[in-house]
Amino acid sequence: MAISGVILVLFLLAHMYGNLKVFEGQDAFDGYSHHLRELGEPILPYSGALWIIRVVLLAAIVVHAVSAITLWRRARRATGGKGGARYASSKAPRGAQRSYASFTLRWGGVTILLFVIYHLLHLTTNTIAPGGASDSPFERVVNGFSIWWVVLSYTIALIALAFHLRHGIWAAMATLGANTSPTRRKNLNIIAVVVAAVIVVGFLVPPFAVLLGLVG
Amino acid sequence: MNITLRVWRQRNSDDTGQMQTYQVTDVSPDMSFLEMLDVLNENLTISGEDPIAFDSDCREGICGMCGLVINGLAHGPKERVTTCQLHMRSFSDGDVIDVEPWRAEPFTVIKDLIVDRGAFDRIIQAGGFITAPTGTAPDAHAVPVPKLDADAAFDAATCIGCGACVAACPNGSASLFVAAKVTHLGLLPQGQPERHSRALDMVAQADLEGFGGCTQIGECTAACPKGIQLDLISRLNRDVLGALAHRG
Amino acid sequence: MSSVSDTQFFTVGEPLVDTKAPAVPVNLMWDERRFQAKLVNPTNRRKRSVIIVGTGLAGGAAAATLGEAGYHVKNFCYQDSPRRAHSIAAQGGINAAKNYRNDGDSVHRLFYDTVKGGDYRSRESNVYRLSQVSVEIIDQCVAQGVPFAREYGGLLDNRSFGGVQVSRTFYARGQTGQQLLLGAYQALERQIGAGSVEMYTRHEMLDLIIVEGRARGIVVRDMVSGEIETHMADVVVLGTGGYGNVFFLSTNAMGCNVTATWRAHRKGAYFGNPCYTQIHPTCIPVSGEYQSKLTLMSESLRNDGRIWVPKEAGDNRDARQIPEDERDYYLERRYPAFGNLVPRDVASRAAKQVCDEGRGVGPGGRGVYLDFAEAITRLGRKAVEAKYGNLFEMYAQITGEDPYVTPMRIYPAVHYTMGGLWVDYDLESTIPGLFVIGEANFSDHGANRLGASALMQGLSDGYFVLPSTIANYLADAPFEAADASHPAAVEVTDAVRERVQRLLAINGTRTVDSFHKELGQIMWEYCGMERTAEGLTKAIGLIRALREEFWTNVRVTGTNEELNQTLERAGRVADFFELGELMCIDALHREESCGGHFRAEHQTPDGEALRDDENFAYVAAWEFGGDGGSPVLHKEDLIYEAIEMKQRSYK
Repeated sequence: MAISGVILVLFLLAHMYGNLKVFEGQDAFDGYSHHLRELGEPILPYSGALWIIRVVLLAAIVVHAVSAITLWRRARRATGGKGGARYASSKAPRGAQRSYASFTLRWGGVTILLFVIYHLLHLTTNTIAPGGASDSPFERVVNGFSIWWVVLSYTIALIALAFHLRHGIWAAMATLGANTSPTRRKNLNIIAVVVAAVIVVGFLVPPFAVLLGLVG
Repeated sequence: MNITLRVWRQRNSDDTGQMQTYQVTDVSPDMSFLEMLDVLNENLTISGEDPIAFDSDCREGICGMCGLVINGLAHGPKERVTTCQLHMRSFSDGDVIDVEPWRAEPFTVIKDLIVDRGAFDRIIQAGGFITAPTGTAPDAHAVPVPKLDADAAFDAATCIGCGACVAACPNGSASLFVAAKVTHLGLLPQGQPERHSRALDMVAQADLEGFGGCTQIGECTAACPKGIQLDLISRLNRDVLGALAHRG
Repeated sequence: MSSVSDTQFFTVGEPLVDTKAPAVPVNLMWDERRFQAKLVNPTNRRKRSVIIVGTGLAGGAAAATLGEAGYHVKNFCYQDSPRRAHSIAAQGGINAAKNYRNDGDSVHRLFYDTVKGGDYRSRESNVYRLSQVSVEIIDQCVAQGVPFAREYGGLLDNRSFGGVQVSRTFYARGQTGQQLLLGAYQALERQIGAGSVEMYTRHEMLDLIIVEGRARGIVVRDMVSGEIETHMADVVVLGTGGYGNVFFLSTNAMGCNVTATWRAHRKGAYFGNPCYTQIHPTCIPVSGEYQSKLTLMSESLRNDGRIWVPKEAGDNRDARQIPEDERDYYLERRYPAFGNLVPRDVASRAAKQVCDEGRGVGPGGRGVYLDFAEAITRLGRKAVEAKYGNLFEMYAQITGEDPYVTPMRIYPAVHYTMGGLWVDYDLESTIPGLFVIGEANFSDHGANRLGASALMQGLSDGYFVLPSTIANYLADAPFEAADASHPAAVEVTDAVRERVQRLLAINGTRTVDSFHKELGQIMWEYCGMERTAEGLTKAIGLIRALREEFWTNVRVTGTNEELNQTLERAGRVADFFELGELMCIDALHREESCGGHFRAEHQTPDGEALRDDENFAYVAAWEFGGDGGSPVLHKEDLIYEAIEMKQRSYK
């Protein structure tokens, strides 16, 4: 769970970095996009490195999902299928200190998965093309995010991602053994909040820039 | 003060059980929560009703026998106390208080508020010990233990095995309980030879008993009457990873 | 000796002369005994079965050790896990004659201190062995991973405890009992996992089965299903703790009871010195009618706290409003040499006296101040917090008062019972094959137990003494084949069922607890810190009447075939009545003051305990005289060869 999560977070950071190239203009962005396919040449064939990354990411997603389902099933088995809501009393719906992020981790994950499929169909395979299809990744981005409801759907998904990362990053670090004291626990949680914020803001900047006409 | 209680009543493990309402009058703020239940039980007995069954023994917060979920929180609203050390001054006149047993599949409800925590004993059997048969010990000063390690081991060893961590955990995980014992013994030089097998065997037993996995939510630590810290679970994971690496 | 009480309440039987201690000097006895003892071949051990009741320091340690040795052990406890036994609540520490501090300690000095502390009413041979074994206990516990306090160099820390002049107490903060018990518990669980110990939790022993003169089994009630079960073995061991709950309010756990030892007593085991109870001076006072138990505050508080009451009776002012010259620091006044650090029995009695004079403080006037104002001024709040922070927190938790601002209120409470089933040097009772260990036996503490000695005795009996002596007994096995269908077993099991049904059938109007509380009040009033012939005689009458009412008017709800806590308590209280009466008879017959037993008629002109070594240097071992009959007193003379008897003085 934690290791696959870390891989996905690292990918998100790289992805975010790539996205920000949109501010350098169409040539830079399309060039970057094209370069990803040439990465590792000539040792690797065209798109080879990209496919390796894709396979690794897919594997990470599968492992992440399988682990999540395993944990979810074990939690259901241990709590009669009711998790944190297994008490008749409704006076402590959030327990003693549970964060909203920890609450929504599982359904947030499902939401993000659905979004990723939508996102791939939209910007990678060009299957769904609100605003018009194009061979230029830059144009696809600009076409899509010029429409308010596309930006809105991405924003909602990224908020879900924010919550997922806020608890997920902390939990991954703690699970891998990084939590060594109550002070460290606080600090790791701060790191999780910061990384989650950076990623989400980093991802939101390009769509809003497009929507507001700053790019395109 | 006067209190309304909604208490989980269940005749035995086969019964489905339900919440039932009781009034307790003239409650003194100096009473402990369990003494308030004692008073209610005296009244129930006189009126020929079945008194509410609940576990308690030392009533000074160390034996780990008592444990109620009060208003949805394991051991009630006060931090770092067992149910027996919770006093009625933490409540107000006219309060409606919900009282339920620990809930987790491995903790079967035996009657009313009493659950079976035998799973914890079996987890200890799996590896929560140092093999040191009587009479085989070297002199106590043969192996010095750094004070910081001894103190940290003590902090972990204060776990009273009450089960509040499981009761509070949304996943029904026993990780904090397992981690406390693995940390206590794993920090001491005497505990090193079995350190790897201990971590693996105890975790495996907890899984076998049907406890959930840890997702680092932290409710266990918040409910723990002894303040066992969440970082012990990280430590447990490091031991498990180390053991797996060592085993290859 | 009063001949009136003789004829009225008891008869005198043959003295007990043979304690099985080898006839060699005291320092050689244990070696001699172990050498003479027969052994059981390792291959035969699996065929020898041992029943152990109780999982505290004594029972748990014995079960683990005998399991390791290869015997087939069945271990029983009434709690839901062996880790709950009340040994867990012991705070202070455990003594051992390690002399790690190089301050002049030795096995002989620990032996001497323990005998003197017990006011010369304990048996030399047993106490000497206890002191010898104490050294091995610490080694054993450290090897198991007990996290004792350590110094920066990594070595074990020691402190001075209970008014002795050497530092021999090992401790794990204020939770030494917990850590020692968890050590034994973990060793025990290891054996349960290995299959050598069968563990029966939530099982309460209700009677003892004797076959052909030997203890061969027990009858227990499964407290979940209500089933009455018969368990047979080659030997039975009781490690069932003390009987302080006869007073209803004590520092004992709610479930602590005398049933196991009392049922054994009724079957022929003599009860030794039942009147010796320890009343601990620093407990949190009773706050109301509903009080269910009392909480001990560590004795160490007396190192810096000053104990006082107002000079004037009925002075109801807030403690802080009472000026210095209107306060009576009565311990410092009466015992200038020891001051607030006098032994437990002395401090307790002094508190009772000032409260009897109407100078007590707090609700009901049953409390004295333990004041840290002076310590806070002298050492600073930080230093006081570092030393006693957790105790102050506990006090604030229970009382809702801040002890940094207003002085603590304390009052004595029943804490430990030195009396118990009489055992010989082998820890065997007067019933062959019935061994008794830990607080359940009478052997090591005389009339007063020193601090940090209870843990030492429990573990000594469980880890080291019993495993050696029981082998000697088991070497004679196999005994007559006897299973649950043996007529003797069937008879006892049927009697237990009948008694349970009898309790359920009464269907009266009073609750079990109301009887228990009333019994406790009688015991506390007349057989507590200060006893008189008149009061004890009155108490015996009151107990008998109350017991009669109990058996006609108690209300036990529910049925046997379920988890029934009322029924559990009813059986225990029924036995407490019988024990309470014997305690009063024992206290009445002992016309002297010694240790925790203070007879108002026997005191020095300035109010100190007056021992009578001429007439009472013996163990009173009581034989059950039958229902409605009188108990029979058997005396075991205490002969001191290694130690000279002296009067204790703390002036």
